Amino acid sequence: MTKFSDLTLHDVLAGLEAKDFSAVELADATVSAAEAAQGDLNCFTVIDGERAKVMAEASDARRAKGEAKLLDGVPIAMKDLFAVQGVETTASSNILKGFKPEYESTVSGNLWNEGAVFFGKTSMDEFAMGSSNETAATGPVVNPWRAQGSTEKLVPGGSSGGSAAALAAGISYGATGTDTGGSIRQPAAFTGLVGAKPTYGRCSRWGVVAFASSLDHPGPFGKTVKDTALLTQVMSGHDPKDSTSYPGEVPNWVEAVGKSVKGMRIGVPKEYRMDGMPGEIDKLWAKGVEWLREAGAEIVDISLPMTKYALPAYYIIAPAEASSNLARYDGMRYGVRVEGDDLTDTYEKTRSAGFGNEVQRRILMGTYVLSAGYYDAYYVKALKVRRKIFEDFNQAFEKVDAILTPTTPSAAFGIGSKANADPIEMYLNDIFTVTANIAGVPAISVPAGLDSSGLPLGLQVIAPALDEATMFTVAGAIEEAAGFTAKPEKWWG
Amino acid sequence: MSVTKDDVRRIATLARIAEPADRLDALTGELNGILDWVEQLNEVDVDGVEPMTSAAPMKLPMRTDEISDGGKREAVLKNAPKSEEGFFVVPKSVE
Repeated sequence: MTKFSDLTLHDVLAGLEAKDFSAVELADATVSAAEAAQGDLNCFTVIDGERAKVMAEASDARRAKGEAKLLDGVPIAMKDLFAVQGVETTASSNILKGFKPEYESTVSGNLWNEGAVFFGKTSMDEFAMGSSNETAATGPVVNPWRAQGSTEKLVPGGSSGGSAAALAAGISYGATGTDTGGSIRQPAAFTGLVGAKPTYGRCSRWGVVAFASSLDHPGPFGKTVKDTALLTQVMSGHDPKDSTSYPGEVPNWVEAVGKSVKGMRIGVPKEYRMDGMPGEIDKLWAKGVEWLREAGAEIVDISLPMTKYALPAYYIIAPAEASSNLARYDGMRYGVRVEGDDLTDTYEKTRSAGFGNEVQRRILMGTYVLSAGYYDAYYVKALKVRRKIFEDFNQAFEKVDAILTPTTPSAAFGIGSKANADPIEMYLNDIFTVTANIAGVPAISVPAGLDSSGLPLGLQVIAPALDEATMFTVAGAIEEAAGFTAKPEKWWG
Repeated sequence: MSVTKDDVRRIATLARIAEPADRLDALTGELNGILDWVEQLNEVDVDGVEPMTSAAPMKLPMRTDEISDGGKREAVLKNAPKSEEGFFVVPKSVE
């Protein structure tokens, strides 16, 4: 029999339907693989074999009655930012240690309603603030990928690094993430996976621990574009509990995968060719352009002149929203409390002990740009630049159907290798991904090749708002042309 | 613009974070690095541009003002660091 770890989500669905294995067998294997790998990869915050068994048994019963749903029996790893009822949900922060929500996030609820099986929660950068998954309260997550001939531990990217590591290691068959500046697409690129961020409002933010509300996008990781399309479809949908949720219907995106890109116009923005960008990234991008041209698309040179301002604008807007959102962690109603001399002292001690350095830095930055005297100079200015970036995309999408760029300016780097760098060096990881969050448009990363040391690299497709169908079609064409089949050689338990 | 150590102390007080005494120098440097870097936004001409506060061009929906949920005292208190007889217990806040 084929190893479970090699199966895609659609393979698993076919195997369950053909009775090659049961959901219970699959869940058992998944939990065993998660437990075995945890010591080496550290990608889970919770592994819940009991709940997996109960959900898998219910799934087998539905399938036996011919009532199987879209994801019935498929184990899905949940980023620790999603509230799962009765399961510790901490956003990988000490301040939420022990917090077990009494409610279910809409996105996870949508997955369980279609029969998906919960088996564990995945580690992340604390409060989703990071690009390397080194700031989790439970320690860094390790990328299953290693450079050729090296045993150096690499980061899986972040902030959804635990989900990416779990899926890349063949433990899960789909995983959830959230993407505020690139936190799904960057780890997907670092681990040879597909990672998608649909249009802002497609996936409800209800029950997702908030970081920067106007930039937070839940989305999935998949092993293939088709898997990712199905997951996005199930996770999306209108939710009255999120006032920014998009009220329209969710199209069938699986059908968009495999369609021809013939006649499509693909934009290549010159501003994404950055100074000092490794030649390999540029080469891969050129290859992507060639693949789409050969598949019949028309390549159009475009300009997005505001690109270089997206990251600085983001590092005003996101910390501002975060400082406001994270004000709720005061040690009074939930989470950890550190008793002080009086109320203010209790607040201050609680927040100092509960938040890590990066989170504190961003709260301070956000507090500063929102404070009297600086609000207009920083925050309002950034919001105006945000509109200019949004308008850049609007103008580009008058001329093209989708945009092709690299996902990241480099492949995965070593754990601790940026420990002494200034914060901006880490922030630059998101330089190609953050624009889509600023503008709220859908974007996806597709694994497209390996660099000279054998590490995966991704290409990004950005589409107009609400046109995920085009995004999945173009991503599917790249996937087919790239023929990316590389997998990390198993060294973990 | 740049911040001094006193500014960082003041911001920390506003954010209800205890004075990060051992990290004050480092934090001041890091925040100034970030502030220097975001200065480049001043190159952008934003005259007459409306600030963009939402990622999608949408109006917030209205709903009828009616009770849709509630009666869950136990669930609400379940994660409280301290509670007694159906109430949150918090440090004294009124003298």
